[in-house]
Amino acid sequence: MKHLKASVTIQNDDFSIEKEHQLLRSKEQSQTGAICTFTGLVREFGDRPDIQGMFLEHYPGMTEKCLYKIIQQAQEKWDIHFIKVIHRVGALNLADQIVFVGISSAHRADAFAACEYIMDYLKTDAPFWKKEISKDASLWVEAKSSDQERKKKWLDGH
Amino acid sequence: MNILFFASLREKLNTEQECWTDMKGINSTQQLLDNLRERGEPWSSALSKPQLIISVNQEVADLTTQIKLADEVAFFPPVTGG
Repeated sequence: MKHLKASVTIQNDDFSIEKEHQLLRSKEQSQTGAICTFTGLVREFGDRPDIQGMFLEHYPGMTEKCLYKIIQQAQEKWDIHFIKVIHRVGALNLADQIVFVGISSAHRADAFAACEYIMDYLKTDAPFWKKEISKDASLWVEAKSSDQERKKKWLDGH
Repeated sequence: MNILFFASLREKLNTEQECWTDMKGINSTQQLLDNLRERGEPWSSALSKPQLIISVNQEVADLTTQIKLADEVAFFPPVTGG
């Protein structure tokens, strides 16, 4: 997968959107007309108000493999210059950044579409698991059927 | 064969990883699953959830997937990243 113009990083540390944006700007400078970025944050899920944070587990190796496969599919569908995906693991607090997807392209339509596609597939396919941490108990987050629905719309002719 | 368990499954089974040096006559994911369930609780119920996901060599597999000693097999619940 070395030929892919993309980079996937799984890390404990926080990331800087500014730094990632500059990286995307530096690729194919004269050809890039659009950069689209998405950042996911830790939030309260609503059903448990006493959430203090989150623990993120992943399957090392399979996670990277899976994300590169999703990226490759996106690059086959749209005209993309560079894709950056960062996902954090380990202990996170409320409002922390969890995930970053950044896309550079000649045109905004390709950048918007690829960014949404990668997030939709990351949600349903990449082996990460969230555990909500509260004072009383820690509970694994249940997978949502709405995430499966979002992925399916890409298969229905998008 | 390396067998890995993740997230809620890892906790229920109190097992992160097993390394088998003998296949015990097993050559498919279905046979492996049956063998692990025969250990009784908590294995039988934890590995009987309909949403259970199985991967072989880090690719999602099904119950007909063939396995051999050099393989890495993993069991995990539906993913919830992002």
